[in-house]
Amino acid sequence: MSERPTDLWLDRLRRAAAAVARPLAFMEICGTHTMAAFRCGLRALLPDSVRLISGPGCPVCVTAPGDIDLILQAAQKPDVVLCTYGDMLRVGGIDGDSLEQRRADGADVRIIYSTLDAVDLAEKSPQKQVVLAAVGFETTTPATAAAVLQAQRRGLKNFSILASHKRVMPALEALLAEGDVSVQGLMCPGHVSIILGAGVYRPLAQRYRMPCVVAGFEPLQMMQTLALLAEMNQQGQARVDNIYAPLVREQGNQAALRLTERVFEPCDAEWRGLGKIGQSGLRLAAEFEQYDAAARLGLSRREGGEPPGCRCGQVIKGKQTPDQCPLFATVCTPTRPIGPCMVSGEGTCAAWFKYGRATAAGEAS
Amino acid sequence: MSGTILLAHGGGGQLTDELLEQVVRPRLGNPLLDAQLDSGMIPLPDGTRLALTTDSYVVQPWEFPGGNIGRLAVCGTVNDLAVCGAKVLGLGLSLILAEGLEKAGLERVMDAVAQAAKQANVRIITGDTKVVGRGAADGLYITTCGIGLVPAGVDLSPMNVRQGDVLLINGPIGEHGLAVMMARQMPQMVCPLQSDSAPLNGLMEALLAAAPLTRFARDATRGGVAGLCADLAKASGKRIVLREADVPVTAATRRAAEVLGIDVLEVANEGKLVAVVAAEQAEAALGAMRSQCWGKGAAIIGQVGAAGGICEMVTNMGGRRIVQKPYGEQLPRIC
Repeated sequence: MSERPTDLWLDRLRRAAAAVARPLAFMEICGTHTMAAFRCGLRALLPDSVRLISGPGCPVCVTAPGDIDLILQAAQKPDVVLCTYGDMLRVGGIDGDSLEQRRADGADVRIIYSTLDAVDLAEKSPQKQVVLAAVGFETTTPATAAAVLQAQRRGLKNFSILASHKRVMPALEALLAEGDVSVQGLMCPGHVSIILGAGVYRPLAQRYRMPCVVAGFEPLQMMQTLALLAEMNQQGQARVDNIYAPLVREQGNQAALRLTERVFEPCDAEWRGLGKIGQSGLRLAAEFEQYDAAARLGLSRREGGEPPGCRCGQVIKGKQTPDQCPLFATVCTPTRPIGPCMVSGEGTCAAWFKYGRATAAGEAS
Repeated sequence: MSGTILLAHGGGGQLTDELLEQVVRPRLGNPLLDAQLDSGMIPLPDGTRLALTTDSYVVQPWEFPGGNIGRLAVCGTVNDLAVCGAKVLGLGLSLILAEGLEKAGLERVMDAVAQAAKQANVRIITGDTKVVGRGAADGLYITTCGIGLVPAGVDLSPMNVRQGDVLLINGPIGEHGLAVMMARQMPQMVCPLQSDSAPLNGLMEALLAAAPLTRFARDATRGGVAGLCADLAKASGKRIVLREADVPVTAATRRAAEVLGIDVLEVANEGKLVAVVAAEQAEAALGAMRSQCWGKGAAIIGQVGAAGGICEMVTNMGGRRIVQKPYGEQLPRIC
């Protein structure tokens, strides 16, 4: 077998893990990492003592049922065109209903790639109310902010947003402060870090003695991350290594951050599985309140629980793996998802189901 | 099953299967239909079999880089016959046109039909035309049928697949689906991708002549290579092992898939087929494919393992993952 570039790092990971001589759990925070790790078969190569657990980094998965419900309510209003990212189509609200079902029932639901497509649509259809269902972390927030500013510049009265944007750092902080998730290192999210910068992890690394590596999504970067995290554990260090430079700078993308700050202000937010976390969400700043779809369309927020039996909350915290959920792969499947982690392409359960499930079972056959 | 048809029910994935199993098969099931081949096979007294196939084309946009709905209709129908080992006898073409469609557009579609038919060396021998009111259809839809003759002794089926056989594909994957998706989702972007739609009957004939121990073939349309291989694993009861490094993907395709957040293995092709051939004839099969104009990029992409009923991929980094049939509609990710 020829030498693969990843072999070098795999070898270093194995040696460091053996030297540490205690189990190591590393958390990948970003849903794209979760999917990429499965897609390249990373888990199958890890030493027995190293576990990769998934954190709360899938934007669809952490969106509270009440927020999904608002989006579904909006889609049902007459003359509303609801624009959304593809992942949101199948996630269930409080009543288990989804945008996919609403679309089949006649709602005008459009999948967009760029938030500006929604603004263009509003300009072209003055008789319609165009609502952008805006979810996601720091990566997608600036695009929503840009759309709001565009709508303002063009004087559009028929464009509004349902924003449930989330901030990664308060959630990460809450997770580590809670202390009941045992993690010995973080694979920090590549895309989010492009916006936030590698610097944001330094206080965290110091406070919790937590090794951090900011990584991209190629197999080589992910394997290198695990090796570096294991070596930091071996050496008793808690550095922040940025191996996704030059895309990720120390200070991040200041222009994007300013865009977000201009349009949004931090607020407490409800996370699926994690509950309410202080200052972890974003709401429209006073100047932009007229773009709030909930107010414009007279929507009222309902509080809803998790689907009975669903362990997505535990999975999002990295406290349980999908196969420990009684619903996983029995009644909860990608065709009939119950929890959000099964719906989203980035969801931990979907990744396990799609790429990992039969590996264990399959070995027996 | 929920009470209404979702778009995903037409995606050729797990939901399509469910619809067929719950609604169609219980009512219409019979041994010929239940064989679940790309064409229905009618045995004739002389040992040959008549292959009959039908297909509908509703692609949006109906003109895309590298072709249009007319080319797609001819190639898709020819390929459904060809992968069953049939020599194509003739095609039928049914047009459903929307009121208001520009005649020039229809002319371009018919030109493409004529060109593809010429390339495939087949004739359109019957047809029908209907017009529906504005808004009842989006531009135009095409339904086809095709009839072919399978020579005695040719029997391509998942049931014939044996441990040790190899899987071949006739070129790089994902181009059709991504070209259409880019045209649909990001029309403002300049994208070098072109649909790969091509008639593969000549290639199939060359393959069967060079490698008589060809066990099975199927065109990797909706559901892509992932759907095809997962189905093959299930139908044959064998473990199908693909090697990621050997599956041909062009750099442009890979980048487009990354931009859209889609797994290229699940993307539809319209000019690619996967053939399973006995190991001792693998090189002959590969040579035969590469000698054809639609097979220059052919490659051996995997092999058939022991019993297992699942498809697995050995990744570039040496890991393993399961390859499953896609759910249905391909949904782009948020970031």
